[in-house]
Amino acid sequence: MAETHSLQDMRQQATISSKVFIQRDYTRGTMCQFQTKLPAELEARIDKQQFEETVRTLNNLYAEAEKLGSQSFIEGCLACLTAYTVFLCMETHYEKVLKKIAKFIEEQNDKIYAPRGLLLTDPIKRGLRVIEVTIYEDPSLTR
Amino acid sequence: MNWRHWSVLVEAPHPLSSSIMSAVMITRKVRKWEKLPGKNTFCCDGRVMMARQKGVFYLTLFLIVGTCSLFFAFECPYLAVHLSPAIPVFAVVLFLFVMAMLLRTSFSDPGVLPRALPDEATFIEMEIEAANGNVPPGQRAPPRIRNVQINNQIVKLKYCYTCKIFRPPRASHCSICDNCVDRFDHHCPWVGNCVGKRNYRYFYLFTLSLSLLTVYIFTFDIVHVAMRSVVSGFLNTLKDTPGTVIELLVCFFTLWSVVGLTGFHTYLISLNQTTNEDIKGSWSGKNRVQNPYSHKNIIKNCCEVLCGPTYPSVLDRRGLMQDDLSALPSINNDSAPQTTKTTAPLIPNEHAPDEAKASAGSAAEKSHSPKEELPPTAKLPPLASPETDAETSIAKDKPH
Repeated sequence: MAETHSLQDMRQQATISSKVFIQRDYTRGTMCQFQTKLPAELEARIDKQQFEETVRTLNNLYAEAEKLGSQSFIEGCLACLTAYTVFLCMETHYEKVLKKIAKFIEEQNDKIYAPRGLLLTDPIKRGLRVIEVTIYEDPSLTR
Repeated sequence: MNWRHWSVLVEAPHPLSSSIMSAVMITRKVRKWEKLPGKNTFCCDGRVMMARQKGVFYLTLFLIVGTCSLFFAFECPYLAVHLSPAIPVFAVVLFLFVMAMLLRTSFSDPGVLPRALPDEATFIEMEIEAANGNVPPGQRAPPRIRNVQINNQIVKLKYCYTCKIFRPPRASHCSICDNCVDRFDHHCPWVGNCVGKRNYRYFYLFTLSLSLLTVYIFTFDIVHVAMRSVVSGFLNTLKDTPGTVIELLVCFFTLWSVVGLTGFHTYLISLNQTTNEDIKGSWSGKNRVQNPYSHKNIIKNCCEVLCGPTYPSVLDRRGLMQDDLSALPSINNDSAPQTTKTTAPLIPNEHAPDEAKASAGSAAEKSHSPKEELPPTAKLPPLASPETDAETSIAKDKPH
């Protein structure tokens, strides 16, 4: 593991203590939802309400992406009529929401998790299977 | 310094030379698809993803394009003049739609789930061991299963030993492609790819439009033969347009198989089931476990499968490899990056800061050691398919 040489960029040079993986919640079917329960390893680092709020917002965003509403229906019909060539120039609704999610996670990391020595990884980088939470050592030394 | 010591010095990779070598090698960006496990073939720099065996897919292409060409060559001129010019126009539109759907099904990611990275795999293993408790020696460990409740049904999630994950509900591991696929339907050799969550609707539209095209060509073949026979006689007609006979044969056999398949998948869609579940009898038969994913409404089920959101690929085939430093096996650990930077003046240093690429590049290139001496502009062997990649990744372990 890399030694902590400077504290300017925590993500590259701080020591990783461990990782926790928030699993998917399948009680409502195959929709992309994550479990809101705070894992034991994070209890010392972050407030339960805060964490649940983050995961709940993420779940709402994913639900919005996968919603079977009129917008997805119209998008599907239009795409089918153009033999799906329309997606060469247009972004799908899901991709737009994924960008929103990426921004949200970055914002949460900057505001809430980095000061506590934690880092959330965007679930899309793990195949939408888990939310990877990296726990860094020495939270008091970070900015 | 004795002889043995000297030979060790010669054989062991010198840190400076290996970092120079790695600095020389990183003139080429490595994309993530080149390092993906599984038995897929990638084309167009990761944009196209297919299974390895493509022979039957080429046959499908040949049959469709061949039969349609014969139709356009033999039937269409006659029918356009004697019946209506709309007939060949509609045939062209239908043909283009069929081809678009086929290529979309064959070339897209069916919904492959990426394998667990080492940290995640270890975490899951620890959870499993904690759940199972101490297994007395001599006894087999209990099977790795997780129970989840979906819509008041208990669904068992199985652990995939290859991908090291608990498979999400409806996912299954395809042994031909060696990947876990989400909402796995089946592996179709005719399209040369798995059919899963992301390409099921294209597959269904392909079979549906192909059925229509087959019926269309078959019908107008018969109309054409009938119309011409009135004028020139039946045998003369067949002699004038020999393509018609071939088309009729192909269409006749295609009709039974493709129309049957379309009907079968329409039935599955209305029940929101996959072929895999149907074959295994997951929701029928013993225990009377009902399908927890069905909306119990045919229209809703159809809407979900055909008009649902377009799921993105979670594989990130075209991303550059430098992003995931933790995922790569660190061969040149921390000492190499610093030496790479200091020896940068030997080469154009726009790619120098990337130590991850260096370790991946040097690892892959160790099997091609004679090329070290070449100038930086030397052409590197293209890692075109995972086959060559597997060989180089095995080879990289051997020099050590």
